[in-house]
Amino acid sequence: MNEFKPLPSLPPPASLTGVVGWLHKNLFSTPLYTILTLVVGYLVISSLIPVLDWAIFSANFTGNDRSACESGTGACWAFIGNRINIFAYGSYPAAEYWRLDICFALLVLSFGPQFFDKFPYKMWLGVFSLTGFPVICFYLISGGAFGLESIETGKWGGLALTLMLAYVGIVAALPFGIVLALGRRSEMPVIRTFCIAFIELWRGVPLISVLFMSSVMLPLFLPEGMNFDKLLRALIGITMFQSAYMAEVIRGGLQAIPRGQYEASKALGLSYWKSMGLIILPQALKLVIPGIVNTFIALFKDTTLVLIIGLLDILATVQASITDPEWGSVATEGYVFAALCFWVFCFGMSRYSQSLERKLHTGHKR
Amino acid sequence: MKKSITVFGAMAATMIATSAFAGTLEDVTARGTLSCGVNTGLPGFSLQDDKGNWTGIDVDVCRAVAAAVLGDATKVRFVPLTAKERFTALQSGEIDMLSRNTTWTHTRDTSLGLNFAGVNYYDGQGFLVQKALGVKSAKELDGASVCIQAGTTTELNLADYFRLNGMKYSAVVYDTSDQTREGFEAARCDILTSDQSQLYAIRSKMADPTSAVVLPEVISKEPLGPVVRQGDDAWFNIVKWTLYAQVNAEEMGVTSANAMEMKTAADPNVKRLLGTEGDAGAKLGISADWAYNVVSQVGNYGEMFERNVGLKTPLAIARGLNALWNNGGLQYAPPIR
Amino acid sequence: MADPIQQPDVDSHSKTAIWNDPTFRSITFQVLAVVVLGWFFYTIFSNTLHNMESRGITTGFAFLDNTSGFGILMSLIEYDETHTYGDTFIVGLLNTLLVSVVGIITATIIGFVMGVARLSKNWLIAKIATVYVESLRNIPLLLQIFFWYALMRTLPPPRGSIQLIQDAVLLNGRGLYMPAPVPADGFGFVNIALLVAVIASIVLVKWTKKRQEATGQLFPAYWTSLGMIVGLPLGVFLIAGMPMSLDYPVLKGFNFVGGMRIIPEFMALWWALSLYTATFIAEIVRAGILAVSHGQTEAAHALGIPNGPTLRLVVIPQAMRVIIPPLTSQYLNLAKNSSLATAIGYPDLVGVFMGTTLNQTGQAVEIVAMTMMVYLVMSLSISALMNWFNKRMAMVER
Repeated sequence: MNEFKPLPSLPPPASLTGVVGWLHKNLFSTPLYTILTLVVGYLVISSLIPVLDWAIFSANFTGNDRSACESGTGACWAFIGNRINIFAYGSYPAAEYWRLDICFALLVLSFGPQFFDKFPYKMWLGVFSLTGFPVICFYLISGGAFGLESIETGKWGGLALTLMLAYVGIVAALPFGIVLALGRRSEMPVIRTFCIAFIELWRGVPLISVLFMSSVMLPLFLPEGMNFDKLLRALIGITMFQSAYMAEVIRGGLQAIPRGQYEASKALGLSYWKSMGLIILPQALKLVIPGIVNTFIALFKDTTLVLIIGLLDILATVQASITDPEWGSVATEGYVFAALCFWVFCFGMSRYSQSLERKLHTGHKR
Repeated sequence: MKKSITVFGAMAATMIATSAFAGTLEDVTARGTLSCGVNTGLPGFSLQDDKGNWTGIDVDVCRAVAAAVLGDATKVRFVPLTAKERFTALQSGEIDMLSRNTTWTHTRDTSLGLNFAGVNYYDGQGFLVQKALGVKSAKELDGASVCIQAGTTTELNLADYFRLNGMKYSAVVYDTSDQTREGFEAARCDILTSDQSQLYAIRSKMADPTSAVVLPEVISKEPLGPVVRQGDDAWFNIVKWTLYAQVNAEEMGVTSANAMEMKTAADPNVKRLLGTEGDAGAKLGISADWAYNVVSQVGNYGEMFERNVGLKTPLAIARGLNALWNNGGLQYAPPIR
Repeated sequence: MADPIQQPDVDSHSKTAIWNDPTFRSITFQVLAVVVLGWFFYTIFSNTLHNMESRGITTGFAFLDNTSGFGILMSLIEYDETHTYGDTFIVGLLNTLLVSVVGIITATIIGFVMGVARLSKNWLIAKIATVYVESLRNIPLLLQIFFWYALMRTLPPPRGSIQLIQDAVLLNGRGLYMPAPVPADGFGFVNIALLVAVIASIVLVKWTKKRQEATGQLFPAYWTSLGMIVGLPLGVFLIAGMPMSLDYPVLKGFNFVGGMRIIPEFMALWWALSLYTATFIAEIVRAGILAVSHGQTEAAHALGIPNGPTLRLVVIPQAMRVIIPPLTSQYLNLAKNSSLATAIGYPDLVGVFMGTTLNQTGQAVEIVAMTMMVYLVMSLSISALMNWFNKRMAMVER
């Protein structure tokens, strides 16, 4: 008996594999797509060439004043190199830059490990970044203690200030947001009404009017003779604003916890705070980490508004620098640089949040 | 947890400045620094260089008050303010005095709870025009677009002037002086209007200063001076007489260079000013050599003017209205006696 | 047998301490909260009053009737410097509404196109949409506004205007100029025709729906309506002998006079708001379409429904339910973000009223309160409207 032997399978036709196949499938599958691909492709290439030429091939990368850039037709990146310290540190005294550097290093050291799955003492580093880190950095940056020279908040600026505003805004808003979210789901009508009113009020008004109010009008509401630092007032405004958004994110998490968890914790006889603190919140907060990261991205972009009330964040320092007659017209270079700075941070964080979402999603799949 | 709350509390406390109910003078002496509101950036008046040092005629007024009260002109904390924030910052007590090219008007003096302590610069509103337009007089400006800074008296004067002359305009309003200049340079508007002194400052910052001309017309009175809160007369007097001391010093020929020798001059007026005779300082509640400190550390009014906005500076402004009264100007100080 | 289990005390309340009683605790907490909040607001209120009084700051809303004395760049109502501060509020409010509404429309269009494009089977188009979304949504809006405005500033002065259409549509640093239609006698008929067409269309759509429900027969109601709304007024317009002239912009003195003008501040703000918000809308749309399971499309195809109606009748209605709630918050964000106008000098509510008017009158408390109220009312009404819409779109649960 002859055993049945199948012939080896033929390879797929050449038009469906390799580069040709890919091109056929993704770019030229139908006549309409072919036309679209050709038109759009032409537009992209023809606009990309001058942009690349401006940004890279004809650009000037070194020099100390406008004479360095007068030769070429391209971008004047020398300007950015010349001003990089101001963009990064604002008008913080140059001799004290090391303090900001240490803070930044601490930030990276305590937050970096959070991106890795397995890292020893990861949780303790997280706790440190929310508690010890802000305290250490506050004393490092403002000085006035431990023999460090005191540096007034008016000199804080640049990227350092942007990071500071965003960080404090998010860390301070977290506890407020938790309290507000719990309050909004409370069974006590007075508390619930107040929390809803608070959240809707802050979410309904633009951040710029909140900042204006905190920067100019807050002293009017306080007892006579009492006053806050301008930066602190802006931070209070940002925190209030942010805690309302945070509360809504956390409320989403609280709603996602199955009812059984609430009932089980009650059945065990746990008090409200114990059942929230030990059972519900740990689960809910884990669920909403991506949401918190997204709020953080939004806040990070919104910190630029402080330039309207006269704080010198990175965008404000860029704006001040591009009006300097020493450099001529470098507006585009300045804005592109600022945009890149924000983009790198925000894009990185959004990628992180997406990967977290995927990771957490699998954990809860049933 | 409790500990961390205490730590945060301590942090907040270092950033909160609570002052007693006492007068501004006591507060300033207790604190050891004068907190003075200035412009965020206006060449000749108040400008911060990239090392963080402030220069300008408004800034020097702050320094003079610090010299009079604390004996040291460097003991000033400058608070840069936009036009929108300035009055509220003073009202709320965030600053002890405001020296930010602020025009003395009836409304501001009466309804904002403020007092103007004097005039350190007599100004008037003028127009900066693109040279290419060939305009010779402000009367030819019908239909023009005007770049202007928000929240200033110039915004009102402009409306009045065009209405009075039966002309139309469209106002392009910006928040800061730099934005206004950029709008003007980019031909967003045909003319830029502001106080005359600022027009020169703005033109000096343009990429091509020769492309714009300042028109001869001055359409308003803009007496600029330092401002204090209403209801603290002792402090009001100190700021007012610091200004007068500088003007008197110029009139008597006392300068920062010769103040030491002049202390023993024959003229009793000079002696009273510099504190070798009389008790002018004690009557203000400050040290006897207050005016000596002002003149020796900051200079007399003329020195202050020439150093910041005078003919040898990029602004190149002549004394004009700001000359002493006996030179055909308006700077006149009551006698110290 | 004696009862070994002790009868539970009927009056068990008496044994638990009163502070452990949930009802009592809840009431105490609430009373406490009311007292603390009341005290808090009272303190703020009295502090403010005391501070304003002791510093001699004028209070009250009487200033709204005073003459403003300053000009505003752009106004939808008649306004000049002889009008009142109250009018500046209206002017600012209308400008805010204008840019918000126009921005919402364009952002929705761009957002839907880009959201669908990201799902395109054409690799190049999908990638371009992705690059657009990922780049613009990660850059602060304020920076984008500055960028567009900086771009506007590179436009030439009026004398060197770019002629988009010779002598009719012009672009320069002062704005985009277009001929303005000036209706002549008899133009009223055209308006009437338009009104008739709109009413007829509504009736037609209703009738079509009813007929479809009753008989299952389809009728291209939307195309017919479009034809009527465009065709009827156009026909009347032609029959009436074209009762309209065009007012062309003419260079007179410093500027172009006549015609319609869109100022560069508006264009910069409008573009920045639309392009920025559209990136978020694109993501929402993409997520919404992906949320409709593929089985739905397959089932529709199996029933023999062609591609177009499948999309229109099966996929989109289901996707909309996912899309609308987040879309609402994007609309709200756009309306609130329009307040960034003040950074480039577009005369919106914050720029005019909370800026110049506040400065000229010095009455910060009243003015900021009024401004915030406007945004609050705007937010609440947009979300109310969207909730109503959402309810209509929501699936009827069985």
